Amino acid sequence: MIIEIKNLEELEKLGIKLGSLLEKKDVICLNGDLGAGKTTFTQAIGKGLEVIEYITSPTFTIINEYEGRLPLYHFDIYRLGDEEELDLLGAQDYFYSDGVCVIEWANNVENILPKERLDIWIKIIDENRRQFKFIPHGDRYVKLVEELLK
Amino acid sequence: MKTLAIETSCDETSIAVIEDGRKILSNIISTQIETHKKFGGVVPEIASRMHVEVISQILKNALEDANIGLNDIDFISVTEGPGLVGALLVGMSFAKALSYSLDIPLIGVNHIKGHICANYISHKNLEPPFIALVISGGHTYLVDVTGYDEYKVIGRTRDDAVGEAFDKVARALGLPYPGGPMIDKLSKVGNPEAINFPRVYLEVNSYDFSFSGLKTAILNYLNQMKQKNETITIEDVAASFQMAVIDVLSEKTFRLLNETKRNKLAIAGGVAANSGIRDIFTKKALEKGIELFIPDMNLCTDNAAMIGSAGYYSYISGKKSTLGLKVDANLSL
Repeated sequence: MIIEIKNLEELEKLGIKLGSLLEKKDVICLNGDLGAGKTTFTQAIGKGLEVIEYITSPTFTIINEYEGRLPLYHFDIYRLGDEEELDLLGAQDYFYSDGVCVIEWANNVENILPKERLDIWIKIIDENRRQFKFIPHGDRYVKLVEELLK
Repeated sequence: MKTLAIETSCDETSIAVIEDGRKILSNIISTQIETHKKFGGVVPEIASRMHVEVISQILKNALEDANIGLNDIDFISVTEGPGLVGALLVGMSFAKALSYSLDIPLIGVNHIKGHICANYISHKNLEPPFIALVISGGHTYLVDVTGYDEYKVIGRTRDDAVGEAFDKVARALGLPYPGGPMIDKLSKVGNPEAINFPRVYLEVNSYDFSFSGLKTAILNYLNQMKQKNETITIEDVAASFQMAVIDVLSEKTFRLLNETKRNKLAIAGGVAANSGIRDIFTKKALEKGIELFIPDMNLCTDNAAMIGSAGYYSYISGKKSTLGLKVDANLSL
């Protein structure tokens, strides 16, 4: 499923809607180039999850935690060496906890991600426009994408 | 009074022995150990974040360097947050075990306070109140330091930290990691006025920061130039980017100094090593009659000495943690 986002407002609206639809144990993986809008999209997901704090980039800290309607665990794999390193940080504990995981640059660690998850690929079309490609893995995420794009 | 300080909030495993908050008896940092110390066996590359594998050895080195034994320690200081939970837990468990077995107090320390307190080690005459600007790979804070253990956060980043913006722009320019020092180097020969990148000041009077838009503006600029087949002068991009960052940092910092009527400014964190920031802040401070403090280079990046300094001032102000102390990934000041 591919859609085009025309500007920042549309991107925020989509993120907020996704956040409002999320349930515990959901795992959302965000992939795309530097500046595609992964962190901005996560900030919108946070709004949809009723997180009040500012969601800042986890590039340096690797995992940031927030309290909202559900706990939000915000990952950034950008700086990590490999899958083993993420595993050693206790990533599995987060994936199967009662919160929501949003993982930036997730394609770098595909082998340790849960089999059931939603992959989102964000492509830069130009300064403002972005292409969003949704790849759901498992029934839960097929339904989630249907609901999101309704 | 001696404290053994432990810092494992992110990449570095570090243990230090600090006397009376300002004197370093030892300060061992894991990533420096290969060049500075003979290590028992090979340290694997991955070890930077595998605190548990190196922490005992680092303790041994820290005590040897300080030329003391565990029984000479008066209390333990340990980073309780903010940071990576898995990493913080290693230091915390280690600290609790030492505190319990030696029967000495345990003090939880905020990592950001530590960065600020690095200035007390480098500048024996620095006393609060002062304004602190903390700039690192993971943090960007403007803080009013009203006492040795009293901090008031005035501004913080709403998206990317300063150091992160440097590293990501460096990557977009194809520069090797770590990118911050490379940008700084190129900026010295580039023209800071070549490209007018946006300065994001947020709302009028706001002391918060936002660097994500600047990063995106640079990526857009690079893409547009590529599409037009025009040559990119990376020295000019680096210098123009660095100037945009410095403009925002200095506008907010000096406006806060003016508003609070403080006459001392302490910069802290890894980005404090940036020579462009040092030069412009030094010049502006001189103009405005502000006394400027920046820690020694090895105390700018993550280290346990700064945690020992902050721990000391918490301890003498009467703070004491229990063995029930928990790590907090989002610990605020």
